[in-house]
Amino acid sequence: MMNWNLYSRGDKFFAIVVSILVGMFTVATLYPFIYIAAVSFSSGFAAQAGKVVLTPIDATIEAYGYILWDKQFWISYRNTFIYTIGGTIMSLAFIIPGAYALSRRQLKGRRFFNLFIAFTMWFNAGLIPFFLNMRDLNMLDSMFGIILAFAVNAFNIILLRNFFESIPQSFEEAARMDGANDFEVLWKVFVPLSKPAIATITLFCIVSRWNGFFWAMVLLQSEEKIPLQVFLRHTIAKLSDDDEFAIVQTAAGFSAETVTAAIIVCSIIPVLIVYPFIQKYFEKGILLGGVKE
Amino acid sequence: MVDRNTGIGGTPVEEVVVEASEALRDRAKSYTPDSSWARTVDHFKREWQLYVMLAPTIIWFLVFLYKPMYGLQIAFKDYSIFRGVANSPWVGLEHFQVLFSNDQFIRAVWNTIKISALNLIFGFPAPIILALMFNEILHATFKKTAQTIVYLPHFISSVIIAGIVITAFAPTGGIVNIILGWFGVDSIYFLTRPEWFRPIFVGTGIWQEAGFGSIVFLAAIAGVNPSLYESAVVDGANRWQMMWKITIPSILPTILIMLIIRIGNIMEVSFELVILLYQPATYETADVVNTWIYRQGLQSGQYDLAAAAGLFNALVAFVLVMTANTLSRRYSQTSLW
Repeated sequence: MMNWNLYSRGDKFFAIVVSILVGMFTVATLYPFIYIAAVSFSSGFAAQAGKVVLTPIDATIEAYGYILWDKQFWISYRNTFIYTIGGTIMSLAFIIPGAYALSRRQLKGRRFFNLFIAFTMWFNAGLIPFFLNMRDLNMLDSMFGIILAFAVNAFNIILLRNFFESIPQSFEEAARMDGANDFEVLWKVFVPLSKPAIATITLFCIVSRWNGFFWAMVLLQSEEKIPLQVFLRHTIAKLSDDDEFAIVQTAAGFSAETVTAAIIVCSIIPVLIVYPFIQKYFEKGILLGGVKE
Repeated sequence: MVDRNTGIGGTPVEEVVVEASEALRDRAKSYTPDSSWARTVDHFKREWQLYVMLAPTIIWFLVFLYKPMYGLQIAFKDYSIFRGVANSPWVGLEHFQVLFSNDQFIRAVWNTIKISALNLIFGFPAPIILALMFNEILHATFKKTAQTIVYLPHFISSVIIAGIVITAFAPTGGIVNIILGWFGVDSIYFLTRPEWFRPIFVGTGIWQEAGFGSIVFLAAIAGVNPSLYESAVVDGANRWQMMWKITIPSILPTILIMLIIRIGNIMEVSFELVILLYQPATYETADVVNTWIYRQGLQSGQYDLAAAAGLFNALVAFVLVMTANTLSRRYSQTSLW
């Protein structure tokens, strides 16, 4: 169908123009990351003077020194790992059995339960009632509260339920022959057969936990509980209007810009490390969920 | 996906299946309950495990999503923290009257619609165009590399995205002003200028999501029948013509569904990024409904008024989503859920 040798001159021209455009968009996507990395390794003076374009100017690691010596940085980094791992395990503990039950025809009230869950995708009470509810539950400034309150969502349950429904009945019947109960059927038959779907949901959970910011900012007050994203935000806000910092930095080799860039680099690195491994799953995953989202 | 050769207990799958279904049928016959009550008891005796599995999820939904819906009644009450949701006095539609005479709220509604409209006009075609272009690239490694890179920003948090935007658009030393400087343009403090907020916000959205959004359209393109292209080649059509006459018409249903979803989500502007990028100087173009609710409710403590605004937002969104689903059912015979 697509063969370069069979292409007419016009087709070849078209293909080259398209390749150049895609190449430009790709570079435009990548460039901000390179720019931030370059700023993070530049001297504060060079960054403020607008000399950094592509590579570090007056290369230095002062900005990283400033950030890596900050105890709060490491605390929030640790917290993000706790939220991500704890939150993802919590999500799977709810979603896998829940989706299994909803996928079984013999479940009474199945239509009602499905509607009960799907309705929350179309209508939600909004920020204020959710916040007041968290306060009534005594879950303000609680790490466990964050992990529990964002564990489940309708989309992930429906995605996995659909996948479970597509597994042929015969597999369940065979396991039942061997005397397996529902827990065993789920654990020994459905979970192994659903690895791609479960991997996709795990990925969605990990990404949303790692990146979660708004509710962590609203619900958490103690510094020792905040995740990396909130710390990052506090630092960026603090640096951009802190006169004291401006005086300190002239003596040292960094500036608000380079420190901000350094924190960005530090928080992107784990994402970049995991990214190649998850890529094959999210392409599959987005299609598993159909066109929803 | 399913390995057909896997035996269970050493027996080939087909045999086990036959045995199993026979056994199940026998078991079904042996149950001859005499009343519907006995049948129900019997059902729960056999299937209690399913309900045990479902219970935590249902309780979670009740506690974290349905209980706040009960709390929404404060939109019609003079809410005080000390009296609580149930005991605060009713005030009828008072908060809604205040809302609709509040210029800032009205402005936030319009800003939401305007930003969504810009997202629709510029942000919606971007992933389609990108997918069509990816489809024209023959070099497999180049294509794979480009895809890997353009999907990446989707996985970056809004805080980092905002950090990058703030650094890149900084008045002194930001790359955008450096480049403008090459053309002799004076430095602009973009993030304090209302007229620049929406272009920057929508542009950032395209930069972040166009690549990832193209996955759905690439999948649709992959599903196009290859024989259509083969006969087009025989007819002497070029790639440009094939794109317009075959590819685009073939993926039109997908485009339509995605468009309908977008319209259904018009009230949903990613307000997390707005909070991170706006400042009082740019409220006039940047403040959307959810950021207004955030400031009035969570920062100023006017919970009842903010809850009323949230209810208004949720109702509009609900109507839009339901309309979108009805439309998509009509056009594609498949509903979105």
